[in-house]
Amino acid sequence: MCGNEAMAEAAIIAGCDAYFGYPITPQNEVTAYMARRMPEERRVFVQCESELAAINMVFGAAATGKRAMTSSSSPGISLMQEGISYLAGAQLPSVIVNVMRGGPGLGNIAPSQGDYFQATRGGGHGDYRTITLAPSTVQELADIMPLAFDLADAYRTPVVVLADGILGQMMEPVLFEKKPQRELPAKDWALTGADGREQNIVRSLWLKEGALEELNYELQRKYKQIEESEVLCEQYEVDDAEIIVVAYGVAARIVRSAVDKARQEGMKVGWIRPITLWPFPYEKLNAAAEQFRVFLTVEMSLGQMVEDVKLAVAGKCPVVFYGRAGGGVPTVEQVLEQLTQLSTHRDKN
Amino acid sequence: MKIVFKRTKTYKDVPTHYCPGCGHGIAHRLVAEAIDELGIRERTIGIAPVGCAVLAYDYLDVDMVEVAHGRAPAVATGMKRTNPDKIIFSYQGDGDLAAIGTAEIIHAAHRGEKITVIFINNAIFGMTGGQMAPTTIIGQITATTPQGREVAANGYPLQVCELLSILPGAIYIERCGLHKPGQIRKAKQAVRHAFELQVNDAPGLSLVELLSPCPTGWRVSPPDALKWIEDEMTKVFPLGCFKDYHPEE
Repeated sequence: MCGNEAMAEAAIIAGCDAYFGYPITPQNEVTAYMARRMPEERRVFVQCESELAAINMVFGAAATGKRAMTSSSSPGISLMQEGISYLAGAQLPSVIVNVMRGGPGLGNIAPSQGDYFQATRGGGHGDYRTITLAPSTVQELADIMPLAFDLADAYRTPVVVLADGILGQMMEPVLFEKKPQRELPAKDWALTGADGREQNIVRSLWLKEGALEELNYELQRKYKQIEESEVLCEQYEVDDAEIIVVAYGVAARIVRSAVDKARQEGMKVGWIRPITLWPFPYEKLNAAAEQFRVFLTVEMSLGQMVEDVKLAVAGKCPVVFYGRAGGGVPTVEQVLEQLTQLSTHRDKN
Repeated sequence: MKIVFKRTKTYKDVPTHYCPGCGHGIAHRLVAEAIDELGIRERTIGIAPVGCAVLAYDYLDVDMVEVAHGRAPAVATGMKRTNPDKIIFSYQGDGDLAAIGTAEIIHAAHRGEKITVIFINNAIFGMTGGQMAPTTIIGQITATTPQGREVAANGYPLQVCELLSILPGAIYIERCGLHKPGQIRKAKQAVRHAFELQVNDAPGLSLVELLSPCPTGWRVSPPDALKWIEDEMTKVFPLGCFKDYHPEE
């Protein structure tokens, strides 16, 4: 199964009530899969007139308490930013999958990690964050969908699943074992008709003096709780490592192979892979930032996550960067070469 | 003594924030009366626009959501598709529906979404201070057409009912005015009919356009605003039913 289809099936298993999408490469398999499977499950599929419409249909379904999602790729996700800001402001649970492609502009249809800033910094207007999950295998993409829906409901917030063209298109065996697991709060805020209760209002406009400031503090309290409870990352051979490579998604798989080769060649190298890009594993990286170490960040961009790595390391040791952009994918050899240079440089000093 | 008139239940008894002579109060009441007469308050969800009516939920006592500028028909689609048993309506102004939200209303109609749209046409952007709307008539002075709207620079007034009525998915399209008691009665029947079709699960979108006075934006007195609808607006936006749904056909 390709990643796009695995993600779609996993969303269905996770109880996705409605999917709204607009065609864009390289995520079209999601839309096609949902067009076939959602009606079979007697759930909602709509092909929309635009990504603006798609995210607002998600908004509408989510406001009534349904589990709703959309998927797109970079230029389409840019169009959705207005809606994502409204989802954050109105505190509506929702899942948005970005199968990233090369940018800026229309860019190309090759894989990229150029939307890290957009995903982790909010993307739209206003003071908000979106939980950002970055799987690196088709299996993990399938496993992460139930988590995405659970996190969205638990915190009443939009959740972004950040994949890329390789992950969306690659075929790998996948088992659908993960189901939604969390005990979730009742959606007593949802618009279901004012039957036997007061009117419910879902809104993001707060005109009364101080009201919007209070909403912002409420959001920040929620974000702090997410930062304290929901950080996910994976690490490998870190204990004795002189060089720690930080990478996420597909880039982390390339790094894994390069690190294994470097170990065979006697270099002391390990890696850390953030799974949640926001909340970012600042503490984990900071704890690993010993003076004798060097951090190498590898991305399919010209340096976005590296800013978070620097924030985490906080000047305790050097942070260097290697990346390729515009659809260029770092090879194992290129990463190995970076590691060899860093290793040689260290030995000289 | 017998009660001959009372405030309809869904229309809240609260002070209004609308300007003197504004049509929103009347339009809100027509919506509230339709909801109460059809007995659907407990299963109705309303969508407020961006514009003066953004606070419609302060007056209409039903579940309501406030959404991004122009996107109400997309939000309504998401709601209705996942809740076919609920009655979904959007309440949108001419900036919201006929400018920024043109794509959303056309495609919701084109898909035949089973929703009800109340479209307030006051030929101006009211809340932002009286700028030209797509519905501003030729020669009309606004904040952004200080010499009056000119065709060469600004094109023609957008006729939404005429535009939508060619779409098979739009099943009921009517334009009414809020400028005379008799016209308001017609408007009430139209609003009610637009909801009734949805209650009966009729296969498509219903839209009622209401020509509505904006004395503040037009810089005229409330009585002159009503006269301007009669004398000027109805020439560009003729009243009447453009399309209706008859199940036997």
